[in-house]
Order: sequence, then structure tokens, then C-alpha cells
Amino acid sequence: MGLIDAPAPNVVSVEPAHSEGWITTRLDFLVNWGRANSLWPMPFGTACCAIEFMATAASKFDLARFGMERMGYSPRQADVLICAGRVPFKLAPVLRRIWQQMPQPKWAISMGACASTGGMFDNYAVVQGIDTIIPVDVYVPGCPPRPEALIHAIMMLQKKVMKDRMSDTAARMEMEPDPESQLYIPPSRIDALSQQFGNSIPQTRSGQ
Amino acid sequence: MSGFTVIRAGTAPDLPTPATPKRVPHRGGAANPSAEALKARFGDAIRRVDVVWGETSVTIDAAKVLDIVRWLHDDTSQSYEYLVDVTAVEFRDRALPIEVIWHLRSIKYRRFLRLKGLIEKGNPLSVPSVWAVYKGADWLERECYDMFGITFTGHPDLRRILLWEQYAEGFPLRKDFPLRGRFSRAEQLRQALSANPEARYSMEELSIADAFAELPLDMRERIKHGESTGE
Repeated sequence: MGLIDAPAPNVVSVEPAHSEGWITTRLDFLVNWGRANSLWPMPFGTACCAIEFMATAASKFDLARFGMERMGYSPRQADVLICAGRVPFKLAPVLRRIWQQMPQPKWAISMGACASTGGMFDNYAVVQGIDTIIPVDVYVPGCPPRPEALIHAIMMLQKKVMKDRMSDTAARMEMEPDPESQLYIPPSRIDALSQQFGNSIPQTRSGQ
Repeated sequence: MSGFTVIRAGTAPDLPTPATPKRVPHRGGAANPSAEALKARFGDAIRRVDVVWGETSVTIDAAKVLDIVRWLHDDTSQSYEYLVDVTAVEFRDRALPIEVIWHLRSIKYRRFLRLKGLIEKGNPLSVPSVWAVYKGADWLERECYDMFGITFTGHPDLRRILLWEQYAEGFPLRKDFPLRGRFSRAEQLRQALSANPEARYSMEELSIADAFAELPLDMRERIKHGESTGE
């Protein structure tokens, strides 16, 4: 058995000349490397973004290249929730429950303008950003985003997963919504997140 | 309610060959023959007949709609077999009445007829249900109730259909309804998240009524206690 140089912190070093096949690395790195390259998505498609998501998953863009071979249509066997499309208030408890059913570690991608902010639907029926319901890791702009944009988001998520540290338990904390109101962030922040912007108006003209 | 009746389009005798209409005037033009028949049959209950872009709109006394629709459906000279839609219109001008609109189609005669019932402002928003004639009116009238708050008397199960049953902000397509709703976003979210998603549907809507015995025990218990009925 020969001596191997101390490995760089984020590198799996293999020395084939040594037949014992030693690999030295940090456990964090090895686990993260495995997780980042086998993220199973849970598609939550409600609108046209889901069409782009399907294109991303299909052969031309081929999500399987990023370890997303398998769509987890059960939240219990999924790692990353991809919310593609607008979420009406009626669907809010459904999205919340799906998120709660996913096992740790788990991540969320908010795909498209509507999922991220409510988009053009600044009305009584649509949630103004799913981050008011569940914690989101990556936001993808676009209406709808092209598959390249979604792939970019997934690669960003992979980088985030690689930075995960076992010693940092805060990242793996399950969100605990307030039992009274079922909100997980303060109401004032939800109102601030949902404020009007752009051409959005507070009232129809007839309300004058 | 057993079996199906096959209705073939345009099988009434002496019908002209269907053709794309040309040079249709904006107003005026030939009215649907059913309009004259309605006037002859119901007299005062028929208030007005308009022809706009070749389509006939008959303004009727909303309280008589069930009789009128039943006759249009049953009479062999009319044969309006198909209820296309039930909807309503509220105008920005506050003085104008709310219109409840029924779209009827006669497949046999290839005719389209629009009935309008006016509800003057200040009067109760209530019209008779046509469910007794067209079973398809069930969900159409529920949607109209959900969005406008119009009560269809005689409907077997008048409750919200698009919004959830506990929705407390009012009727969204009414002109006095703010675009973003009445409550703050946080309050809207709180109410939405407090709802039990399974509690919004009846047993029939979940298609589990037949499989009740095969459901998990906890689900059977919850359904037994009325949780799935939305109340």
C-alpha cells in the first residue's frame, strides 16, 4: 500500500496504480455528489410551463443527463418539487400537502413567472408566488421558461446541493407552519411579497 | 333516463342546405323562426327580439323561463334538444339590469337561440332553474351561482363549483367585486391553507362511492363523519 497525497477538499481522488482501490474524500462531498446527480423531480404542472417541462424531460433536451431519469409522480419518492404553472388558492393546500409528504432532503424549483410571483394573474384566485406556501430554492424566470432555462435552474440547484454540509442541520429543518393560521412566514411578509407591481391595479375601474 | 336518444343534425323536413352566411348585417336580418313562434305562444312574456350579426336574442320574462324552455324543448316544431350554456352579464352602468342568458341549440333544425332574462337592480337575484328540462344545466347553473350569486330556484344541488364552498369573499364576476378580492393576501392564503382539500368534494365526485368498503379504515371513518361533504 502506497501513500497517496492528501486530496483536494472537493475531489474524489483515485489512484489506479494502487490495486487496493483506495478512495479518500469527505463524506459530505460524496453524499452531496450522489444526491446532486440523482435528483428525482416531482412535477407539479398546472399550466403552460408544464409543457416546457415535458419538452425538457423529452429526448431533445433530455433531463436524464442530469440524473433526473425518473419522474417521481409520488411525492414520497421524490427529491425536488418542480412547480410549473400558476397555483390558484384552491390548489394551495394541495401543494402544501405534497411538499409535506416529500421526505428530507428535498428542494423546490419555482418554474415560470406565475409560480414565482403570480405573473399576470394578479387577481382574487391566484397565489402570488408559491414561496408564500412552501420554501423555494430556485426561481426560474420566463413565461414560460425555455428548457435551457429550466436546465440552468437544475444545474444551479445541483451546485446548491453540493454546498450542503451535514453539520449544518438548519438546511434540513422541516418547515413548521403556524398551527393556527397554517402560514409559515409572517402575514405581513406575505402581503409585502404579494404587493402590486407593473401594470397591476388594485381595483377594477367599476370599483370607483 | 335510460339509454340515449340519437338526434341527427338537420333531419327536419324542408330545411335549406347549410351554407356559410354572407354579408350578414350587424343589426336586423332574418330572425330565427322560433322567435315568432314564441311570441305567438307566450305573448307578453316575450319582451323583445333582437337580431345581431344573424343571431337571434329573445328577451323574456325571467320568471317564465322554465315554461318557455320546456316548450322549446318538447314541441316538435322547435326541438331545442341541447342547452349550450347558462351564464349572466352585469354591466358597468349600475342602472342596467343583470342579464341571465340561456343558449339553446336545435340540432334537428340547425337553429341557435339565445334567451335573455333581465333582473332589475334591487330585485332578488333569483330565476327558475331549467334543470327539470335539461339535466346538463346542473353544473352550468352552479357556475353561474358561484360567479354571480344568482339563485336558481328548483336546482337540486346549488352550491359553489369552481371556488370552494367556504369561500367568503363574495361573487367574483360581479362588478362590485375588487379584482384582487376583498381580503388581504395573507388572509386569503390563511383561509385557503386551513381548508381540507378532501373536504371539497362529495363522495360521487371522488368516484369512490362504489368502492367505499375497499377504502382504508381511517378514510371510511372520516367520510362517515361527514368530512367529505364540505360542511
